[in-house]
Amino acid sequence: MPDQLLFAIEVTLNGLMAGVLYSLVALGFVLIFKASGVFNYAQGVMALFAAMTLVGIQKGQVPFSHLINSILGTDLHYFGWHIPALIAIVLTAGVMVLFAWIVERFVLKHLVNQPDIILFMATIGLTYFMEGFGDLMWGPDLKKLDVGLAQGGSLWIEEHTAFLGGDGFYGFFIDKLDIAATVVAALLVTALIMFSQYTKQGRAMRAVADDHQAALSVGISLRFIWVLVWSVAGFVALVAGIMWGAKSGVQFSLSLIALKALPVLMLGGFTSIPGAIVGGLIIGVGEKLFEFSVGPLIGGATENWFAYVLALLFLVFRPQGLFGEKIIERV
Amino acid sequence: MKLKKLAAVTTAAVMMATPVLADLMFPSLSYRTGPYAANGTPVADGFADYYTLLNQRDGGIGGVMTRVVECETGYSTEKGVECYEATKGDGALVYQPLSTGITYQLIPKVTADGVSLLTGGYGRTSAANGDVFSNVFNFPANYWNGASHAVNHVLDVNGGDISGKSIALVYHNSAYGKEPIRTLEELAAKHGFSLSLLPVDHPGQEQKSQWLQIRREKPDYVFMWGWGVMNQVAIQEASNIRFPMENFIGIWWSGSENDVAAAGDAANGYKALTFHNVGTNFPVFDDIQKYVVDAGLAAGDGSNVGTVLYNRGLYGAMLAAEAVKAAQAIHGVADITPAMMRDGLENLVVTDESMEAIGMKGFGPNFAVSCENHGGPGLGAVQQWDATAQSWNMISGFEPSDMDVIQPLIDADSAAYAAENNIPSQCN
Repeated sequence: MPDQLLFAIEVTLNGLMAGVLYSLVALGFVLIFKASGVFNYAQGVMALFAAMTLVGIQKGQVPFSHLINSILGTDLHYFGWHIPALIAIVLTAGVMVLFAWIVERFVLKHLVNQPDIILFMATIGLTYFMEGFGDLMWGPDLKKLDVGLAQGGSLWIEEHTAFLGGDGFYGFFIDKLDIAATVVAALLVTALIMFSQYTKQGRAMRAVADDHQAALSVGISLRFIWVLVWSVAGFVALVAGIMWGAKSGVQFSLSLIALKALPVLMLGGFTSIPGAIVGGLIIGVGEKLFEFSVGPLIGGATENWFAYVLALLFLVFRPQGLFGEKIIERV
Repeated sequence: MKLKKLAAVTTAAVMMATPVLADLMFPSLSYRTGPYAANGTPVADGFADYYTLLNQRDGGIGGVMTRVVECETGYSTEKGVECYEATKGDGALVYQPLSTGITYQLIPKVTADGVSLLTGGYGRTSAANGDVFSNVFNFPANYWNGASHAVNHVLDVNGGDISGKSIALVYHNSAYGKEPIRTLEELAAKHGFSLSLLPVDHPGQEQKSQWLQIRREKPDYVFMWGWGVMNQVAIQEASNIRFPMENFIGIWWSGSENDVAAAGDAANGYKALTFHNVGTNFPVFDDIQKYVVDAGLAAGDGSNVGTVLYNRGLYGAMLAAEAVKAAQAIHGVADITPAMMRDGLENLVVTDESMEAIGMKGFGPNFAVSCENHGGPGLGAVQQWDATAQSWNMISGFEPSDMDVIQPLIDADSAAYAAENNIPSQCN
């Protein structure tokens, strides 16, 4: 095969992997939007907060140590333990459940029956609060996230594909972290589908997503469902935070990964889990192939805007996104 | 009666709030929050700790205490300008805004207000021409010097001949990231290497396309003009494709402990440029430990002392403090004004003797500032990361840059600015 074609295949494969990472972020948005009609602006910062909490718990960091030391004149930083990654992930998931409960108790509960835009504004406020709160709790320094995920190009894949091309082709480059992210994302989506199809709470969640009023009339607690949905979205944020944080370290910029999810949501639809996955894959492949083929001709750095252009094109022809529900409002 | 009481209380409060003693005010436009907080915090700590040291150890500068007024910018240009407006009336002597965006906004403002701007290693490169930019200083080095330092290092490694070699520039797709391109193009023509440009969009969390391209094209060297998360991801991606780290050279804003942390051992051998020394092996750090950290007066918890970005904040504070001494000597006044401070900056001379006197001999290059040259000679060095020892090591001294290439670029850019803004010669 010509090397140029092999390179295009390599870019496509890496685009698919990048798309999976975008989908992970988009999933959190979809879950909350589907169940409550709220576009959760705080989803990105939830990923940051979850990753910071995970590292903090794992390393035994004293939360709010800077504040405590400033007030009490102490010199506390670490408890002196190191918790295995798996236990730390479980504990962090617990913190995200607590976070969901607090959000419901102190924010959402007071906004029942308010227009969607009010709820959206509330999540913007939540974002800024969480940014500051996370900094205060765990400090603004960059934290290395180590949960045992392998990184770097897979030598096995390179060696076993090098024969496909000429001297200028060194085999396909696939990052081991991206492979892990794909497996985790597949497991996560399977678990979410199983949960929503085969558990009482999952079915209640779907009922609320379909029709709030009808769900309430059969005795489903809206408040419980909100806590449940925000907890699941918090867990998804934790998974996204782990995958992205393993690449760049855990730092404030992690919250900006939400920007990568927006075109995915526009393309896939705000209410569809498969839409988030397919949308992510299309955006990932599309932006990488565009950068590969057209980027060098126009100076590069096309990925960010191309993703939005692609999403806008879809909006023109299918405003609800690929898998979104068509909203018909009668007057 | 109530009004009288209120007036008396207000008067008392105002009197208490008004500083009775003279002081030397240094605004610190810091960013301890926002996307670059991990970098902004150690810089702000180093800056503040140096003035605390001067107050505690020396009783200030020339007998006048120093005062640092910190204003949070969050690395936002708008907030940076707000900080400037909020602090300039408080006797601010010199601004070090730690942001090229804020610098560009402040250049006309400081010039009109008679305050000075010191932007070591960032900002507008052509501000080195003091004949045009009367109140802006960018010693000891600027981005164009940095581009030349990187090429000079590659020349050194290759015995002075890099014709036929290929260099890729991975850069933040912003005005900052594009700064070295013109200089590198000139240097490519001069030395016969090929240059490819790989922009990365803000914030730089996703760089797979750029590093796949590097893997395909296999350049001999990669230079990086990055900031924040872009650096960490780039170093990780470079290790992923097994690009030789010793051939990967970052500008000084891509060479801190934060930048190599995420990649762990894989970052071993990565190089970065610098215009000041690394580590704590200087007497000034003993004094910081004794008078600042142990005394519980450190701006942070002391854990940042000696890191690259802490040292950069400390170095910037030291240069401003030395300029105060120069201003005090010129004008024979201890409590100097912003206008006197400008004179001090313009007559600053850094020598081995002056650096030894403050416990920092060899910490930065020796240089002299003049009316025409606000950038100094543009000396810079190369540092390399040792992942085993978890430390940066200097692998060169402070070497000159190719001013034959850079000076005409500075002259041309500053002349265009002068013509555009109708600025007459400042030095005649």
